[in-house]
Amino acid sequence: MNILVCLKQILDPEVPVRDFAIDGSGLQADPNCANQMTNIFCENALETALQLKDAHGGKITVLSFGPDSVKDSLRKGLAMKANEAFMVLNNTGHQPDSAATAKVLAKAIGKMEPFDLVLTGREAGDWGAGQTGGLLAEELGLPYSAFVDEIEPEGEDRLILRQQTDSGWNKISAPKPVVASITNSDHNLPRIPKTRDIILANRKPLTSWSLEEVGISEDELAAEQQKARIKLLSIPEGKSDCEFIEGDSLEDKIDNLAERIVAIARSV
Amino acid sequence: MSEGKSTVLTVAVVAEQNSASAGLLGTGQRLANEVGGQHVVLVAGATDSEFANYVSQFAGRVVTNDSADLGSSPSEGWLNFVAATSKAEDPAAILLANDTLSQEITPRLAHRLDGSSIGDAHAIKPSEGHLVVTRSVYGGKAVAEIELTSNPAVVWVRAQSMDPASVQEPSGSIEAISNGESSEIRTQLKDTHAEESEGEKLEDAQIIISGGRGLGGPEPFEDLAALAKVIKAQNGASRAACDLGWVPHSWQVGQTGKKVAPQLYLAVAISGASQHIMGMADSKNVAAINTDPDAPIFKHCQFGLVEDYKNVIRPLKDKLTEIL
Ligand SMILES: Cc1cc2nc3c(=O)[nH]c(=O)nc-3n(C[C@H](O)[C@H](O)[C@H](O)COP(=O)(O)OP(=O)(O)OC[C@H]3O[C@@H](n4cnc5c(N)ncnc54)[C@H](O)[C@@H]3O)c2cc1C
Ligand SMILES: Nc1ncnc2c1ncn2[C@@H]1O[C@H](COP(=O)(O)O)[C@@H](O)[C@H]1O
Repeated sequence: MNILVCLKQILDPEVPVRDFAIDGSGLQADPNCANQMTNIFCENALETALQLKDAHGGKITVLSFGPDSVKDSLRKGLAMKANEAFMVLNNTGHQPDSAATAKVLAKAIGKMEPFDLVLTGREAGDWGAGQTGGLLAEELGLPYSAFVDEIEPEGEDRLILRQQTDSGWNKISAPKPVVASITNSDHNLPRIPKTRDIILANRKPLTSWSLEEVGISEDELAAEQQKARIKLLSIPEGKSDCEFIEGDSLEDKIDNLAERIVAIARSV
Repeated sequence: MSEGKSTVLTVAVVAEQNSASAGLLGTGQRLANEVGGQHVVLVAGATDSEFANYVSQFAGRVVTNDSADLGSSPSEGWLNFVAATSKAEDPAAILLANDTLSQEITPRLAHRLDGSSIGDAHAIKPSEGHLVVTRSVYGGKAVAEIELTSNPAVVWVRAQSMDPASVQEPSGSIEAISNGESSEIRTQLKDTHAEESEGEKLEDAQIIISGGRGLGGPEPFEDLAALAKVIKAQNGASRAACDLGWVPHSWQVGQTGKKVAPQLYLAVAISGASQHIMGMADSKNVAAINTDPDAPIFKHCQFGLVEDYKNVIRPLKDKLTEIL
């Protein structure tokens, strides 16, 4: 099976609140307030793909659209044992919205050999948009499932996608090729690459295309990315002061805690 | 809002029969009032269904589709139905709830209708012919206002934290449409499974007790469940606890889990990462039990206890049983 995994590089989403800052434009996070890293759900997606490959054979390609630094995410993907890597270089200094990104990714995919399965993360930990996967499916004219956490073949031509739902799961049968966005589960925690594989990853093929090479001009990209325009970005103020429960003994403290809880429980 | 084919601006709401519909209908009703437009609600199923009748109390019009084949592929069925209806109604905005299906079809609808999409709206307002959506970004560390410049603006909202709709006199009309030319159904729902849960859903719970990675394993969740029983609470968890397989993912509270707003949220051995806070920040009261007095969760608490959970949960349960 031929699988494509889309990797997005983002600002470390676990940067502590006290270190988080907005840049001079006022419209995006200060890129210097934390490291760049691969979005966790993209790594969950790659792990899902790797397990499929381990069980049923096939080939995995990773693709990223972004500045030169996305090479680090792609190299890590190769170290995790993806076979090939592609990037579309974004030199504009702006981060395009999901609609523009999906267009670029679709154009790049159009230049590659056909895939049976295209995976994205459910959402990126920066803007948490969660739009790119569905938009990409429409760009490619393919069926789509979101919040998938398990994939298995169903005969030659179809796949069973297990989708997490509000209350449990669905199993969906889809014809290949299909696009799925992957969510985290207890069986797709991304593997840690071995040191040897990190070194070997530097020798694996990594192709970089310009926007022009995939057939989209910077102007077209700029026009496209006006669909979701950021007007304001602000850091909310922290709110309440916590009252720490005191007491002479642990028993005393637990009694006090119980009183507080009961006061609320009685009011509901 | 923008000029469409029709002269009256339309706000369309995609209503499924679930606990999100009240807040969703309220959001649609208020937005339609603000833009002086009509509020059309799309309901899958028969024209004379109980749900269609219920919804008609809040809407200008209800549009149903009894021929939609939702059984074998609900997601594609809804997508085709809403896309076809929207082509006819030409809405400036399409609002959906925060359930799985809504989130899945939001970007696809926007693409099919040549509009724009975004999710997780806390607030929506019209501005200069477009919708401006307020939402949390960077895992809850910042708040953004985003303008959707291409109509229809397709938006899924945090329906549970929105005020419900008010009844309108007279009720709106209910009419059926046919799907017209819809694109083919390609996927098939083979099986569906709901986790067993006693009592109400997490989103609707008045008291929630959640556990995190600091619990060290699945067993302490049994003690949290026993504690919950005493005060009629539901149990939730951090993502870390779910990822470790200690509890089902349907328990996860946060940015990528459930968005809850109980009277009391008690976080046990949860650090309070911004992504977790995003799911429970609307709680009326927050309390925590954590060994670390500097854990960020305490910044969001009304009260808290700095202590090892092992020394607290069972005696707390006994005490609560005694006084309740
Ligand atoms: C894009 C993205 C989306 C995310 N979405 C979510 C989400 O929806 N929900 C979510 O929860 N997280 C989410 N996360 C993960 C989040 O960033 C944190 O990693 C996670 O919430 C941490 O879980 P935790 O608090 O249980 O674990 P930890 O951060 O490891 O905290 C454990 C806590 O337990 C305390 N502790 C340890 N031992 C004891 C003891 N014996 N008694 C009492 N206290 C003890 C510690 O002091 C610590 O505060 C997301 C992350 C990303 C990047
Ligand atoms: N610039 C990008 N390069 C590669 N993949 C991306 C990019 N942006 C988004 N994606 C994919 O789309 C998913 C959802 O992103 P988003 O819609 O931004 O929340 C990510 O997890 C990626 O798999």
